[in-house]
Amino acid sequence: MKQKMFADAALAVGTGQGAATKTTISAKFAKFRELGLLAVIVLICIGVQLRNPSFLTLENINDIAANTAILSILSVGMMLVIITRGIDLSIGATLALSGMIAAMTVKAHPGLHPLAALLLGFAVGLACGMVIGFLVAKVGILPIIATLGMMNVFRGLTYEASGGKWVSAHQMPDSFKQIATGSLLGINNLIVIAVVIYAVAYYFVSHTRTGRQVYAVGSNPESAEISGIKTKRILWLVYTIMGGLTGLAGVLWVSKFASAQGDTASGYELSVIAACVLGGVSIAGGSGKISGIILGAVLLGILNNALPMINVSPFWQNWIQGMIILAAVVFNALVKRGIDRNNLMRRKI
Amino acid sequence: MEPRVLTSKKPFTLKGFFLQWEWMLVLLFVAVIVMNVNLSDYFWDYNNLRDATMSFLDKAFIVLPMVFIIILADIDISVGSIVALSSVIMADLYAHGVPMELALIVCLAVGTLCGYINGLLIVKFKELSSVIVTLSTMIIYRGIAYILLKDQSVGKFPKWFNYLGWGYVGSIPFILIAFAVFAVLFGILLHKTTFGRKVYAIGSNPTASRYSGVQVDRIKIIVFTLAGLMSAVTALFLTSRMGSTRPNIATGYELDVIAMVVLGGISTAGGKGRMIGAILAVFLIGYLRYGLGLINISAQTLLIVIGLLLIFAVSVPKLKWKGTGAKGKAV
Amino acid sequence: MKKVLTLGLAAVMAVTLLAGCGGNDKEAGASGGGSPSASTGQPSDAGGKKRLAIIFKNTGNPYGEKQMEGFKKAVEENGDEAILKAPDQPTAEAQIQMIEELISQKVDAIAIAANDPDALQPALQKAMNAGIKVISLDSAVNAQSRITHVNQADPERIGRTLIQGVSEMIGGEGEIAILSATSQATNQNTWIEWMKKELEDPKYANIKLVKVAYGDDLRDKSVSETEALLKSYPNLKAIIAPTTVGIAAAGKVLTDKGLKDKVKLTGLGLPSEMAEYIESGVCPWMYLWNPIDVGYLAGYTAEALVKGEITGAVGEKFTAGTLGEKEIVADGDGTQVMLGDPFKFDSGNIAEWKEVY
Repeated sequence: MKQKMFADAALAVGTGQGAATKTTISAKFAKFRELGLLAVIVLICIGVQLRNPSFLTLENINDIAANTAILSILSVGMMLVIITRGIDLSIGATLALSGMIAAMTVKAHPGLHPLAALLLGFAVGLACGMVIGFLVAKVGILPIIATLGMMNVFRGLTYEASGGKWVSAHQMPDSFKQIATGSLLGINNLIVIAVVIYAVAYYFVSHTRTGRQVYAVGSNPESAEISGIKTKRILWLVYTIMGGLTGLAGVLWVSKFASAQGDTASGYELSVIAACVLGGVSIAGGSGKISGIILGAVLLGILNNALPMINVSPFWQNWIQGMIILAAVVFNALVKRGIDRNNLMRRKI
Repeated sequence: MEPRVLTSKKPFTLKGFFLQWEWMLVLLFVAVIVMNVNLSDYFWDYNNLRDATMSFLDKAFIVLPMVFIIILADIDISVGSIVALSSVIMADLYAHGVPMELALIVCLAVGTLCGYINGLLIVKFKELSSVIVTLSTMIIYRGIAYILLKDQSVGKFPKWFNYLGWGYVGSIPFILIAFAVFAVLFGILLHKTTFGRKVYAIGSNPTASRYSGVQVDRIKIIVFTLAGLMSAVTALFLTSRMGSTRPNIATGYELDVIAMVVLGGISTAGGKGRMIGAILAVFLIGYLRYGLGLINISAQTLLIVIGLLLIFAVSVPKLKWKGTGAKGKAV
Repeated sequence: MKKVLTLGLAAVMAVTLLAGCGGNDKEAGASGGGSPSASTGQPSDAGGKKRLAIIFKNTGNPYGEKQMEGFKKAVEENGDEAILKAPDQPTAEAQIQMIEELISQKVDAIAIAANDPDALQPALQKAMNAGIKVISLDSAVNAQSRITHVNQADPERIGRTLIQGVSEMIGGEGEIAILSATSQATNQNTWIEWMKKELEDPKYANIKLVKVAYGDDLRDKSVSETEALLKSYPNLKAIIAPTTVGIAAAGKVLTDKGLKDKVKLTGLGLPSEMAEYIESGVCPWMYLWNPIDVGYLAGYTAEALVKGEITGAVGEKFTAGTLGEKEIVADGDGTQVMLGDPFKFDSGNIAEWKEVY
């Protein structure tokens, strides 16, 4: 990532005449970084389609999209967290907690408008995120510890809140279940929500000052602080956003599956982190693109959908998934190496 | 005037000595013991205290090399899967007639190999962080275990194998003695050898270390290989404790191990921490869980307590040091 | 120095407070052995209250909660104390730890619904050597790890009944698939074995079992596996899901895709989870048993063992409270006590049962 910034800076400083052509080449190269991932996705799609022709049908694609929607919403929040050199292991627990509280509320008040349920889940998640943000930003605890600890606390609270019971489909009003199964203009609600969130996120990240400040904080926290950016507030904001998105995802989850359990989404955080890292978000902080995490989430979603469909023995599923992920990241790394080498070999600056 | 010799060691003060993280852990440990004694009559019993260690020490073997990894500012979340794979291969071989002693050695070899592969991947592909590499290998290693054993369990090991996890030397559990030996070895490796100093150096500043001639790559590979080896050791003890094995054993072990290391004062930002801290953390969490289990506390309450303990233990020094400017880097 | 002392003291107080709160928390019936003073009571002697413990597979599971409730009722009817434990993760390692904790407390009996049939053997044998009576319920441990097993229903009956039911639903011919839990779950595998045996009967010659899929008892994975089944086998006529999470997930998928009349669903499910799908007709009927009764029977079995009324050998009889007289029968190389036949839930009775569990 540092090399890219170097190259960009050099280009920016470069002479006026060639500047126009050079920026377009650089822009093309940037897209190429995700090319590796895109290639893997296309390859897998072709491979699966050959084994099972019902893979690339509209219905199946709809299913994949709906199942991936929640994962991709969470990836947006996680990307922001990882950019600031942080990590959030508690999202599974936050998701369960907000989902459970939302479900229990609609069970007790069936007349509640679904939007209110969404807001409630969002609020619960927001609160959880604020706590973590406080611990990381104000108290200064390392994110991995803060989120590891709060993961336990939130999960425990979920069990306590539910009193050991589940909320089942017949206890949820239809309006609530419609949140996930309903559709707007023919497209599943979940996909619509995900697209809206992505649009907002893209705008936030590329076109707002706060969004750029997030990258700055992740890139070099000390310089960011010195240059006047309120790092503490940015950190707190990032975890709060993550919490809010997770809370929203929690409501969507229990609506989609029409069931709220205490152990919902246990271990889900690893899938989200995988999606982000696959999408090119660097754990060292400071870089990550929306387009990347879309691809990462899509790849994981496709894997989850495709593996059962090609009739591979369930005992091979894990290994295949792991190998594909490893292959995808290694391939991406090699592609990046090639690009960087190209960049360095260009003598004209 | 005498030339003043500059050393990096701070002058010894009593206050400086006691204001260390490890002492806070000791205090917490004492607090936990006191609390447990008050809560249950069964706690302060030699046999019980002794047998409690057999429950929580099996994953402690992984804590030792994990300290090194985290000081390096890396992480290894594939350790649980390495435990499963080494155990499964050992059992599979035994089930096919290989003598148990040989299978045991193969188990250690498998773990070492898995760790070596981790280290190799991390070092050869520097663009990939240790998180993503060990995340993939976590899935792959356990996947291989599933391919091998599918949904079967293998057991009925020879009687002497049971001794590993359940046996005593005199009145001291064998697992405790084994852990003590390894702890001393790893402690010496970390604090008294140049290898250890280099690990700290790499963790503090990888670029400077590399340019100072420290073979960063070689050290990383060694450290991850050690993690694999100790995971295999855990596999031995865990399999002995269970008397059988399946591909799904040791799930979640990685998070427990990381929690213990982090609680022990080893910062994930790298370059800091002491082995004794991690060892104290192992016993602290172990006895806390055991003591609360003796009063049959509910699982959810236990979760909340452990979570709060972790947060509390880490925030206290932060609140203390506010103003002295020890703002850590994230992650 | 002062700073360290004050902070240390604060730490001590905080931890004690936290644990004290946790210990005093009286969650509504779920678990916890009552107030600390009761749990720290003296090891039970011949004349005093006996202490019998039950360990379930994981916490937050309404099915498990009901079993523990039944167990507690049986034990308290005998004037003894019940200890309820469940780990937060369904792993064998966590249960081994709980067994050690119970051995330390010198309980009189342990009833366990196991996360692994073999992995608990050394731990349970240590318990039995210490004089604790060990039985398993619901999810069995192997015969060497227990004195006897309390089975909710004969696995053969479960397997055969499910196939008979499915055959009726699809008119005796068509493709069917099974959606199971994890590939490791013993009871699941036993039932599937019996289903396959039943299918060997020539009267099912026109029914074909095309796949056994594993949903791992995870909601999202079960959904993916169901969707894959529907895609890969477009002529699928029925799905059998002998797992509460799996059958509910399949029910949701079939409802969302509007496949109510095309693909039938049956299996073992919780009435509360399946009420919606039984009422809508997606699942014509399904089976289960009353987990409260399972726990209750286990409680009485444990009591009978502790009191010395039975030793767990085949042919022995004892009275299990309101369930009447029960006999111990053979089970592989061990013994078991059976609750009865699986109970059928359909649109006729689901309304009354969905509130119970």
